[in-house]
Amino acid sequence: MLIKNVRILGGDPVDITVVNGLIAEIAPAGSTDGAAPEVVDGRGAIALPGLVDLHTHLREPGREDAETVQTGTQSAARGGYTAVHAMANTMPVADTAGVVEQVWRLGQEFGHCDVQPVGAVTVGLEGRQLAELGAMADSAARVRVFSDDGKCVDDAVLMRRALEYVKAFDGVVAQHAQEPKLTKDAQMNEGVISGRLGLAGWPAVAEEAIIARDCLLAAHVGSRLHVCHVSTAGSVEIIRWAKSKGWNVTAEVTPHHLLLTDELVEESPNGSYNPIYKVNPPLRTRDDVHALREALADGTIDVVATDHAPHPVEDKETEWAAAAMGMVGLETALSVVQETMVDTGLLDWAGVAERMSRTPARIGRLPGHGQALEVGAPANIVLYDPTARAEVDPSSFASKSRNTPYEGMTLPGRVLATFLRGRPTVLEGKLA
Amino acid sequence: MNRHLISAADLTKDDALLILDTAEELARVSERSIKKLPTLRGRTVVNLFFEDSTRTRISFEAAAKRLSADVINFSAKGSSVSKGESLKDTALTLEAMGADAVVIRHGASGAPHRLANWVRGSVVNAGDGTHEHPTQALLDAFSMRRRLGSLEGRKVTIVGDVLHSRVARSNVLLLATLGADVTLVAPPTLVPVSVGTWPCEVSYDLDAVLPKSDVVMMLRVQKERMNAAYFPSEREYSRRYGLDRDRFAKMSDEAIVMHPGPMNRGMEIAAEVADSPRSTIVEQVANGVTIRMAVLYLLLGGEI
Repeated sequence: MLIKNVRILGGDPVDITVVNGLIAEIAPAGSTDGAAPEVVDGRGAIALPGLVDLHTHLREPGREDAETVQTGTQSAARGGYTAVHAMANTMPVADTAGVVEQVWRLGQEFGHCDVQPVGAVTVGLEGRQLAELGAMADSAARVRVFSDDGKCVDDAVLMRRALEYVKAFDGVVAQHAQEPKLTKDAQMNEGVISGRLGLAGWPAVAEEAIIARDCLLAAHVGSRLHVCHVSTAGSVEIIRWAKSKGWNVTAEVTPHHLLLTDELVEESPNGSYNPIYKVNPPLRTRDDVHALREALADGTIDVVATDHAPHPVEDKETEWAAAAMGMVGLETALSVVQETMVDTGLLDWAGVAERMSRTPARIGRLPGHGQALEVGAPANIVLYDPTARAEVDPSSFASKSRNTPYEGMTLPGRVLATFLRGRPTVLEGKLA
Repeated sequence: MNRHLISAADLTKDDALLILDTAEELARVSERSIKKLPTLRGRTVVNLFFEDSTRTRISFEAAAKRLSADVINFSAKGSSVSKGESLKDTALTLEAMGADAVVIRHGASGAPHRLANWVRGSVVNAGDGTHEHPTQALLDAFSMRRRLGSLEGRKVTIVGDVLHSRVARSNVLLLATLGADVTLVAPPTLVPVSVGTWPCEVSYDLDAVLPKSDVVMMLRVQKERMNAAYFPSEREYSRRYGLDRDRFAKMSDEAIVMHPGPMNRGMEIAAEVADSPRSTIVEQVANGVTIRMAVLYLLLGGEI
């Protein structure tokens, strides 16, 4: 196959020849003869290595009304992803080799993108007893990332043991940092807006205290810690400090925390108290957004992860306190990153590739993903037109759910095509 | 005026004064032997109460009936709501019945905002979670004005659980609009961390604030706060923040004492203080009906 006239990381136009799922040749645009059996015209689009999400909720098994492995991976492909890490908070919980293998196999079957299951840290996400982490690591799904995401492993001893235990198979514990007692019944970021709206506050310290503790624990036992969805300026400072010590700590930020603030809960085009903005961790302040962007730019925060969290309409069309937390994000992630990081001059496309493909693949230990677009590398490629601009239309999503906070917003960029090991999963912006 | 009354912040000074002046006129009607006015004849007011609050519901019901509106009381208990019906479906049901106004009391902050998206009629917030209770603030302002005259420059002290109080939020906003100087007094655990951004002062020392106050409004301490480490014990709370006889004696002779009810006598307010002639607590109840008549009258555009 020939992918012609694309600009790798925004560089000079080239033609990419793909043979047997690998990049066979990269030559200046127009210099390759079009004799290949299949030709995709990139029309000068940017080519990035296929994106890798460290944090996706596919909802299957258990909440197939919100999303399935099929629709979730279709959504991922539409967003330019070639691999997603499926979080463990399904029903049943992905806390055994059986469940993670099932999810992994479903991903293989549909083939829209690779599905790498995340294993639960504790049985049933209950925070009492370690799940069989080794069995999941040794399973066909080869789990390397473990997380109780949605819940915090708040017991310090259990967290220490988990961090220690996963060293045996080069695993990483991805912590959902949320001190539960400080966030009992919490509804939104604790600050000016929560005080006015009379919604129970979710203090930044509830996140920061756990991150500080976990960094110290990871250093103490010499293990790998990954911090999920960092949302506050204080968390950034703690992670920066931990990294300055040389500790093995990585962190992610979601697109929505790079763009949106808690002010939307009070006032938005979608009305006040609209639970479309309800998410865990909550939307924070402008200062936090600014700190997160800076941290992603300077490498303190390593990756962008979507925390794609589909919910059916009825779980969001309620009063605020009754609504589910979470937002879909796979199909808008790259656009939001362009808007917040590239168009602001904070990151170039190489920086985007590092934070949305290379580093997440490394953290997740996915050898077939995140490689630079060079001869010999797997042809996991996304073609992206950064000059497009469009209003976000949830009805166009491949995801089964529509709970996007960006509805009606105009965002830059459009994924034109996605290739998984040379096979197109998306062409002309549509599922192939 | 807005079509809805959801937050005291929705009211401009002119709006607020119009409601208070209208209430003053309607109060004269209430003094007649026949209290009923025909102004809202044929209009339907639904009282949609998801929380038990007999006092507030009766107050709205009396207000609507005195204006000759048809009143439908919809209480969540024993209704389709307790069988899991969503707020939206309840709203659509009311809409189909042709409600001209929906008075909503709900345990979730912001429920009236959500309801307003789904119904065409006016939404009146009768208390939402720990957010606001604007008609309470209006009746409080009305009660103050009847006792003290204009509120411009008046010193109003609100004492108690501000953090969880919808009454406090609405009062701070409305009183600031009307030009009064509000001071909140509470243990630091019971004010929002962001209270510094509110249009009021904050003090932790009731004794220092009392002598300067024209109005002292005591808030109810909810039972569930007493067990949640907001303060060490009821006794300590009462000692530091309760309005007992000794503290009452430090107030100026013209100052009044208010309480939105229901009271915990002996906890935040001593019985002698609650029953003193300078307490407006009983008037507040009567004024509640009057102010709600004014609100319904103005929102539904009735004619006298």
